[in-house]
Amino acid sequence: MRAGRVVAHKRWGPVARMVGRRLVAAVPILAAVTFGVFAVAAASPFDPVQQYAGTAGLHASQETLDQLRANLNVDGPFPQRWWHWVTSALAGDLGDSTSLRQPVSQVIGERLGWSVLLCAVGFTFAVLAGTALGVAAARCRGGVLDRTVTSLAYTLEAAPPFWIGLLGIWLFAVQFDLLPAGGLTDSGSDLVTAGALLRHLALPALVLGVSQLPWFVLYVRQGVGDALEEDAVRGARARGLAERTVLLRHALRSGLLPLLTLVGSRIPELITGALLVETVFSWPGIASATVKAATATDFPLLAALTALATVAVLAGNLLSDLLYGLADPRVALEEM
Amino acid sequence: MTARTVRTATVTAAAMVVLAGTAACSAPGDGDGPGDGKDSLTVGVAQEPETLSPLLGYGKEGNSKIFDGLLTHDAKMHLKPALATRLPKVSKDGRTYTYDLRKGVTFSDGKPFTSKDVVYTYQTILDKKTNNPSKSELDAVDSVRAQGKYRVVFRLKYPYAAFAERTVLPIASRAVASRTDVNTGSYNTEPVGTGPYVLTSWRKGEKLSFKANPHYWGGKPKVERFTVAVIEDDDVRATRLRSGDLDGAILPPTLAKAYEKGPENADKRTFSAKTADYRAVTLPSGNPVTKDKAVRRALDLAVDRKAMVKSVLNGAGKPAYGPLPTDSPWFAKGTERRHDLGRAKKILDEAGWKPGKDGIRVKHGRRAAFTLWYFSGDKLRQDHALAYASDAKKAGIAVKVQAGSREVVRPKLDHDAMLMGNGFPADPDFDLYPTLHSSQIGDGWNNLAQYHDKTVDEQLDIARRSRDPQVRKDAYDKVQRALTKNPGYTFLTHIDHVYVIDDKWRGLTTQVEPHDHGIGAGPWWDLQDWQPEE
Repeated sequence: MRAGRVVAHKRWGPVARMVGRRLVAAVPILAAVTFGVFAVAAASPFDPVQQYAGTAGLHASQETLDQLRANLNVDGPFPQRWWHWVTSALAGDLGDSTSLRQPVSQVIGERLGWSVLLCAVGFTFAVLAGTALGVAAARCRGGVLDRTVTSLAYTLEAAPPFWIGLLGIWLFAVQFDLLPAGGLTDSGSDLVTAGALLRHLALPALVLGVSQLPWFVLYVRQGVGDALEEDAVRGARARGLAERTVLLRHALRSGLLPLLTLVGSRIPELITGALLVETVFSWPGIASATVKAATATDFPLLAALTALATVAVLAGNLLSDLLYGLADPRVALEEM
Repeated sequence: MTARTVRTATVTAAAMVVLAGTAACSAPGDGDGPGDGKDSLTVGVAQEPETLSPLLGYGKEGNSKIFDGLLTHDAKMHLKPALATRLPKVSKDGRTYTYDLRKGVTFSDGKPFTSKDVVYTYQTILDKKTNNPSKSELDAVDSVRAQGKYRVVFRLKYPYAAFAERTVLPIASRAVASRTDVNTGSYNTEPVGTGPYVLTSWRKGEKLSFKANPHYWGGKPKVERFTVAVIEDDDVRATRLRSGDLDGAILPPTLAKAYEKGPENADKRTFSAKTADYRAVTLPSGNPVTKDKAVRRALDLAVDRKAMVKSVLNGAGKPAYGPLPTDSPWFAKGTERRHDLGRAKKILDEAGWKPGKDGIRVKHGRRAAFTLWYFSGDKLRQDHALAYASDAKKAGIAVKVQAGSREVVRPKLDHDAMLMGNGFPADPDFDLYPTLHSSQIGDGWNNLAQYHDKTVDEQLDIARRSRDPQVRKDAYDKVQRALTKNPGYTFLTHIDHVYVIDDKWRGLTTQVEPHDHGIGAGPWWDLQDWQPEE
């Protein structure tokens, strides 16, 4: 016990240094990513003015369209527009979203919470269910359960999240009439009550979780399965330890290490999954705003959301590296 | 028990369920969803408005729920007063429109409505700094002035008979809107109006919720709550209607068909709204093939409109012979053209277009071929374009169908054809002038065929200047007849908009709908006047 605390103490220094290093590294990454967004915007064949005007743009006079172009300030060389964006973003002004007719900061403020909630619940479900199923499959490799779980995981891996979403709506909302088919509350109701939110969250979170599930199942099955073959486990069994202790104390400890890496590296997939799930379920989160921003070539919003997604991915990687380093003393944080 | 006590009992029971549900935190139905309640309506639409501010174009066709215009349309699309006390007085020269305003009307924040709000609304829309893409619809306005608190005078740049139709445009609150940024401010999402409903929440991408305005000058609406769920995917919308989450929805004809028959659909009604929403092919004057009057006339006869209505629209629509639908009072009777492939071929033969080796006609070494564009992803236009190409081929004209975005398509349209869609039912001028008048060539997306016909130009000018209905009718008759002689566009179909809704309310109707149909269209256009079925 005492020794463990000393080790932990010794590791805080490297942890802080690593976080610092990553923060410094994040600056050029963020700069490059947002610069890329603006470069893509400049190369995009889509005309932001037409996208802004929507159907009305098809019967607007040329004079109106020219006026809009001047007002929306969409012309000019893109490095200059990027620099303008960066400097005002650093000053706290993220600009205005053209597609939502709102300041970008307001869009993010209104929606971020719902997305975080959806992703957190879906991801927790995926991690917990994935671990449970993976362990169960690993314990009797080649058995009926293992074969069922594995083949199901491969099938789900191939299924796109929006397809799972539609299937979920059809099954739970139409066939069984158990869960609502979309939205944050019942369509007829405004008030977000805890009960209603829970029921509306269930299906999209389940779909998002299920779409992430296969990777966890397969990784855990592999990791725990391999660990069960290790000498340490064989030794523990030879010493006559209970199977429970063998599994929890020995096999899981080394078998679950890859899971920590996976948690970090799944963040990008989680975000793309959320894009599709939020759209199918009319979930008013940040991801559905991203889809809208992209299809409407709303680059002020898209740049901010891309930066946000980049931050999420970097933070996910940092977190999994930290956890890995803390969980496995053989790994030196200095080398990451 | 009377109906009222039954309803009270239902409400009480529902309230108890809600209370119990909140306590248990797992109510299967919290009594808020649509069920037997006739005092709430939940509908599903495909697209949500970009903004709820009239200053940026919301509700410009009327029926905006949150706002009122000076005038409004009844079920037959006749103008009637709303925030004005009567139809405008128009000066002899047709350039001055005077509106007397209703007194005692308040905005939903309690502030009184006056002429200042009207002047503010129109002046802000016309302001160069306002990003309202529809502002050219008010092109005729020279100035708008208040005369006292309850009179507004519009001065026009030129006499314009259709101007009163534009004044269904919703009036914003000057006190609230002028304090915010017109392009990105809070008035876009938290509107304050004089209308029958008040917005209670708008979760973008999910839904808009409204409640009845208890102080509405026209009387408090019976349907107390109105919810518009935004569900882009047609199949998901149909599914949510089936699951009972929605009371009504707009659906493609194929999906709406499922609700027409069978005992399980006895409580549903299908509405096929007539529209001015047309699809047509532009035949640009910049292309030597489509410029040829013989080719234009042959295509006009070779295209089988009835077959298109049947196969492309599943019967939900009717043949179009011009921008004006055949059941419009402005339609020139006798300008319908029958499908006549034989005559189409004869016209081409006589004009010197002789069939070549591959069946495609040739004249002076030029093949009778052109490209037809449609917007990528628009299935309906794609189907029209393919049917058109197949009909044209039978007459010996090769039409190559291609998809592209607006940015790709627009630069090509001086030479290539496009499958376009449009339609404003309120006045013939709104469709005919931008599409056919030569002054509109090259102006944005207007007059894409570069159509130039002297008679048409003259008659369009007469019709927009004169306020005599008979003079206007005669002029539009002449326009439509000239168009049959020189069809610079091949008009194909007018499309019905199909809605399915629970059969719980009395006397629902639909208006003649425009091409862009937002939440103001559909059977719920006059929701404030709905009466529950006893």
